[in-house]
Amino acid sequence: MTAASGGDLKIELGRRYRFAASHRLHSVKLSDAENARIYGKCNNACGHGHNYTVEISVSGNVDPATGMIANLADLDGYVQREVIEPFDHRSLNDEVDVFRAEVPTTENLCIEIYRRMQAFPNAKLERVRVEETSNNSFEYAGEGVVSGSGGAL
Amino acid sequence: MVLLTRKIEFSASHRYNNPALSAEENQRIFGKCNNPHGHGHNYTLEVTVAGEPDPVTGMVVDLADLKKILEQEVMRRMDHRHLNFEVPELAGQIPTCENVARVIWNLLEPKIPQGRLHRVRLYESPDLFADCYRNGAGRNGSTS
Repeated sequence: MTAASGGDLKIELGRRYRFAASHRLHSVKLSDAENARIYGKCNNACGHGHNYTVEISVSGNVDPATGMIANLADLDGYVQREVIEPFDHRSLNDEVDVFRAEVPTTENLCIEIYRRMQAFPNAKLERVRVEETSNNSFEYAGEGVVSGSGGAL
Repeated sequence: MVLLTRKIEFSASHRYNNPALSAEENQRIFGKCNNPHGHGHNYTLEVTVAGEPDPVTGMVVDLADLKKILEQEVMRRMDHRHLNFEVPELAGQIPTCENVARVIWNLLEPKIPQGRLHRVRLYESPDLFADCYRNGAGRNGSTS
């Protein structure tokens, strides 16, 4: 197959995945009163859950033989193993090691998913975007800055 | 700098098959996308133009012009077509989301009358899309 023209174009592949999990926003560095003030109903002692949507974007050369940046089966398998299986229908606070120490806000969840996806061998990870609800979404591209959008939780 | 995005939808069929590979390899790499009779998608295309709003019209680009360009360059070429056989710009390429997005970029970029093409995002399904940018253009429209 022929290589396409437009060599100075950057192509990214985006893929969306879903999982459901529970969490509770509570920082051990804060008093109970401060936790309640800062996190509001997200601090409820027994936790609550969300249907999360995760958007993974990767970049790389489009292989002329396949027309692909990365084979979707490889990407899907990797995300399934590294993100969906460990998070889906789990308590993020109790069942994901990093959230024993860190508050499982969706900002921190974005960073953790980015960290897990960085080792994907078949393409370069560009960014991770997580929708906690249809009104709140967060993005992390590895530069140490998380951007969020949306209204009240 | 303001970004303006126009969305259109088109439906097309395609098949992933590389004649340089064996039937077994094609099946292994492309899976059900290699089915001999092809299949189709409802594609959603988002075209983003970057620019300063014109001081007289307040527009980054005239939407009527943009709509006409999308109709001519994309809808007439691809809507209700077979991407493997009916789109010459895709000849010799596997019509993946990545390649179709790049072809659309190359068709649109020289036609944008005001501002400049910033991003082409092509959804093959709600869960799969390809983004095309000019290298070096920041995602928020800045040049990095």
